[in-house]
Amino acid sequence: MSGLPILTLLTFIPVLGMLIILVLPKENPKNIKITALLMTVIQVVLAGFMMSGFNYNAGGIFDQASFQFVEKFRWIEIEGGSWIGKIKIDYFLGIDGISAPMVLLTAIISLIAVISSWKINTSVKGFFALFLLLDTGMMGVFVSLDFFLFYVFWELMLLPMYFLIGIWGGPRKEYAAIKFFIYTLLGSIFILLVMIGLYFSAQEVLADGSKVYTFNLLSLMDKSNYTADGILSPFNPANLRLIAYIAMFAGFAIKIPMFPFHTWLPDAHVEAPTPISVILAGVLLKMGTYGILRINYPIFPEITVQLAWYIGLFGVINIVYGALVAMAQSDFKRLIAYSSISHMGYVLLGMSSLSVAGINGAVLQMFNHGTITAMLFLIVGVIYDRAHTRGINDFGGLATQLPMYTGFVTVAFFAAIGLPGLSGFISEAFVFIGAFGYEPVRILTMIATSGILLGAGYMLWTLQRIFFGEKKEKWASLTDLDTREYIMFIPLTIIIFLLGVYPSIMLDIMSTSVNSLVDFISNNSALSSFGGI
Amino acid sequence: MGNIIINDLWSFLKPEIFIAGGIFIILLADLVIRDNRKAIHFTALIILIAAFASALLQMGTESFIFYLGKGNNHGLLAVDPMSTFIKLITIFSTILIVIFTITSEEFKGSKFKSGEFYTLLFGMLLGMLLLSSGADLIIIYVSLELLSLSSYVLAGFIAGSNRSSEASLKYVIYGATSSGIMLFGISILYGLTGTTNLYAIHTILVSPHVNYLTLGLSILMIFIGIGFKISAVPFHFWTPDVYEGSPLPVTAYLSVASKAAGFALLIRFIKVGFISSVGTNGFWNFYENFDWQLFLIILSIASMTVGNLTALWQNNVKRMLAYSSIAHAGYMLLAIAVLSEKGMLAFLVYIAIYMFMNLGAFYAVMLVANKKGNEEISSFAGLGYKNPYLAFGLSIFLISLTGIPPTGGFIGKLYLFIALLDGDMYWPALIALLNTVISLYYYVRIIKEMYLTKALDDTTIETSKTELTFMFALVAPILVFGIYFTPLVNFCTNFVRILGF
Repeated sequence: MSGLPILTLLTFIPVLGMLIILVLPKENPKNIKITALLMTVIQVVLAGFMMSGFNYNAGGIFDQASFQFVEKFRWIEIEGGSWIGKIKIDYFLGIDGISAPMVLLTAIISLIAVISSWKINTSVKGFFALFLLLDTGMMGVFVSLDFFLFYVFWELMLLPMYFLIGIWGGPRKEYAAIKFFIYTLLGSIFILLVMIGLYFSAQEVLADGSKVYTFNLLSLMDKSNYTADGILSPFNPANLRLIAYIAMFAGFAIKIPMFPFHTWLPDAHVEAPTPISVILAGVLLKMGTYGILRINYPIFPEITVQLAWYIGLFGVINIVYGALVAMAQSDFKRLIAYSSISHMGYVLLGMSSLSVAGINGAVLQMFNHGTITAMLFLIVGVIYDRAHTRGINDFGGLATQLPMYTGFVTVAFFAAIGLPGLSGFISEAFVFIGAFGYEPVRILTMIATSGILLGAGYMLWTLQRIFFGEKKEKWASLTDLDTREYIMFIPLTIIIFLLGVYPSIMLDIMSTSVNSLVDFISNNSALSSFGGI
Repeated sequence: MGNIIINDLWSFLKPEIFIAGGIFIILLADLVIRDNRKAIHFTALIILIAAFASALLQMGTESFIFYLGKGNNHGLLAVDPMSTFIKLITIFSTILIVIFTITSEEFKGSKFKSGEFYTLLFGMLLGMLLLSSGADLIIIYVSLELLSLSSYVLAGFIAGSNRSSEASLKYVIYGATSSGIMLFGISILYGLTGTTNLYAIHTILVSPHVNYLTLGLSILMIFIGIGFKISAVPFHFWTPDVYEGSPLPVTAYLSVASKAAGFALLIRFIKVGFISSVGTNGFWNFYENFDWQLFLIILSIASMTVGNLTALWQNNVKRMLAYSSIAHAGYMLLAIAVLSEKGMLAFLVYIAIYMFMNLGAFYAVMLVANKKGNEEISSFAGLGYKNPYLAFGLSIFLISLTGIPPTGGFIGKLYLFIALLDGDMYWPALIALLNTVISLYYYVRIIKEMYLTKALDDTTIETSKTELTFMFALVAPILVFGIYFTPLVNFCTNFVRILGF
C-alpha cells in the first residue's frame, strides 16, 4: 500500500470540486458541469486504482490489521479532569471486502448521475455543488471505521439531499423533501443514542496503557473492551443491548427503507429529478443495509442471531409487499420505486441467513440493486424527458419506434426479474441458497420466492404496456437515445452482463470478509454471559 | 481594612468596575458629544472590550468579596470559574449587540437616543455580572432587579411604536409579579434558616430539622423568578410577545445574555445551597430535602416540548425564534438536571455555541427586516436567490440550532446527550432527541422559504460588505467548532468549578 491517502482523496475530491464550482462564475454553466464530471471521473479512476491494490485475502470486519488502505490519526483529543475521562476520536478510514464494492458502486453511480444531470439548466452552480457534497457524505459513510466519523458523514448527506429534491424536484417537491428529511433525521437520532450508549460501555487501551472510552468501531466489536457495568456491555446483567439493537436497526431500516418505514421513498423518488433518483436508489439505500452489516452485526452478534428470523421476516414483507404495491402502480417511476423496495428485501433476507452464501448474496445484491435500479431510473428519466409523462398506460407500441431504448429497457427489466445470465440472478440465487439453508428462515424463504413471480409479473406487464401493443399517434415524434444516454446505459449494461456471467469478479472481493463476518458472529454469539434484555 | 476591600475589588471585580464606570462615561459622553452617535458607539465598544479582557485575565481565580464581618467567612459575591465564564458570555454578547445596534434600521431614526440606550444596556450587563457572582440572596435580588428594570425600558425603546410599548408593558407586569413572588420565597427561606447567604444556608440545610414542605414552597417561589429569566415553561408566557415586540437587538440580547445570567443564578442556587459534596465521579451528592432532578427534568421537558410544538405554528420568524429559545432553555435545563460536573460542562459548551448561533440567527433576521420592515416568514421568500450569502449564513445558523453535524449545535447536543446517558437519564434523552426532530420542521421551514419558494415581489435585499463580514464572523466559529471542538471543550472544562465545590 503506497503512501497515497487514497480513501481521503476518494472522500474529499468532491468537496474540492464543490469549492472550485463555488468560485466559478455562474454565467458559464458548462465549466461547472465539466468540473463536476472531472471530479467524478477522478473518483472512478481512484476507485479503480484502489481495487488494483486490493488484497483479496484480507478479512477486515473486526481486525484492523486486515483492513486495507487504513488511515488513522487522532482528530479530537480532550484531556479531562477526574470526573470526566479523556475523550478521543480518531479520523479512522479503511476498507474491507464489504465496503470495497460499495466504494466502487458510489464512484460509478456518481459519475453516471453527473452525466445524467447534464440537462439540468436551473441554478446549475447550486445543483452541482450540493451534488458533490452529497457524494462526499456517501463515500465517507462507506470508508469510516470510527462511529463518530461515520455519523458525521451520515448526517452530512441530509441537507444536500433535501435541497436537491426540494429545489430541482417535481410538483410536490417540498412535501417529499421535508418528509425525507424528517424520516431520516428520526432514524439518525436512534443511531446517535446507541452510539453514545456504546461509547460509555467500552474502553479502548491506548498505546501508553491508559484506558479511554471509544467510538472506534473495531474496538467496540471486541468483547474484552467492554466494562463491567456499561449500559450496553454484555457483562452487565441488566444491559439494554436488545433495545439498542432494535433502535439502531430501525435507524438504518428507515434508510433501506424497510416496511413499515418505507413511505418516504416513493414520494422522494417521484419528486426527485432523475439524477437524484439514481443516487437515491443506487447508493443511498445501500447505506442502511451497509450500516447493519458494519455496525449492528459485529457489535451485537448474539442479538443478531436472536433476531435473525425477524430480519428475515421484514425482508420477506418487503419483497412481497413491495412487489404487490408495484403491480398496482400506473406511474412508471412509482412502480420502479416500489420494485426497489421489493428488491432491497432480498438483501435483508440474505443477511438474515447468517450464512456465507446468504451474506455474499446480500452484498452482491446491494451492488447489483445499485446498478440495476439506477438504470431503471435512468430509463424512466429518458422517457419522461421526451414525453413529459410517466403514466404507463399513456404509452404503447414504442418498441418499433425506439428500438435501442427498448433494448436497454429489456436488459434492465430482465436483470431486475432475475433472468439467468444477468447480474440480478446471481445475487438472488445466492440469497435464496443461503436463506434456505438456514433452518429458522426456511419457510420465509419459500414465501419470498413468490416475489420473483410477482416481479416478473409487474415488470413484463409494464414492458408490454409501454413497448408493445398498439402504437399511439401522439408519440410519433419521440426520438431514440442520444450519445449522452448511450454513455450512461452502456457501462451499466456491461456491468449487468459481466456480473451475470462471471460474478466472481465481485464475489472474490467480498468473500474473504463475508467469511470472517460469519465466523465472527458464530464465534461470539454463544457466550453464556450475555444475559439481560 | 479599607485598603483590603479596595484591593479585593480591583483584583476580582474589574469587569464590574469597568461597566459601572462605563455607565458614567457614556452619560458624560452623551452630554458632550450628543450628535456624534458614532463616537458613542465606539466608546461603548472600547469599554466592553476592556471589561472582556479583564474578565479573561481573572480566569481561574476564586474568592469571596465583601465579607460579612467578623467570624464569618462567607462573602456577598463569589468570583469563581463558573461566574467568570458567564461574565465572558454576557460581555461578549453585549459586544455583539453593540454591533447589531450600529447596523439596525430600527435604531437609525433621530428618535434613537444612543446615550440612554447604552446606559441602560450597561445597567443590564452590570446586573448580569453581579447576578452570576451573587452569593447572597439580597444581592441576587438587587442585581436581578437591576437587570430587569433596565430590560423593561429597553424592550420599549422604540418611541412611538405600539408593538414595542406593548412588549415593554407586558414585560413589566410579568416581571414585577414574578420577582415579587421570588422575594416572598426568599423571605421564607430566610425565616427557615436565619440567613440570606447561600453558603450559610448550605450549612444549615444539613440539619434534618428544616421543614421540608416550607422549604419546598420557598424553592418553588424563588424558582419562579429564575424561571422567568430563563423563560422556562410554565413561566414563559411573556417571552413570545416581548421578543416579538422589542427592537431586534434587544430581543437577541434577552434571548442569550439574560438567559445565561439566569442559568448562572440557578446553578449557584442549586449547587451551593443544596449539595453536600461533589463525588469523584463528578455527580453531585444531595441532602435529602428536595428532588431537584425530577423537578428540573419536568420543567425542561415541558419547556422543550411546548417551545418546539408552538414554534411550528408561527409565521413571524422573530416569534418563532422566541419559541425556539424556550426550547433551547429546555435543553440547557436538562443539562443542569443531570446534576453532575459533566452536565455542567455540557451546559457551558451548549450556551457558548448557543450564543453564536442564536445571535447569528437574529442578526440575519435583522438584516432582512432592515429592508423589509417586518419579520414575517413570507419576507424570506426567495432570499436564497436575492442574497445568496445572507441566506447561506442564516441556513447555517438554523441547521446549527437544529443540531445537525457538522455544525457547533451538534457538538452542544452531543455533550448534552453524553451527560444524560452518563447519568442514566434515558427517557429524557429520548424525548430531547425527538424534540430535535420536531424542531427540524420549523427551522427548515425558513430554509424552505428562502430556497424553495419563489419571491412574491422583486424587492432586493442588499447587505453591505461589513454586515456580511460580521455575519460570517459568527458563522465561522459554528463551522469550526462543529468539525474541531477540542479548543472549545478544553476552554469550557476550565470553568466548571464553583467556589467551594
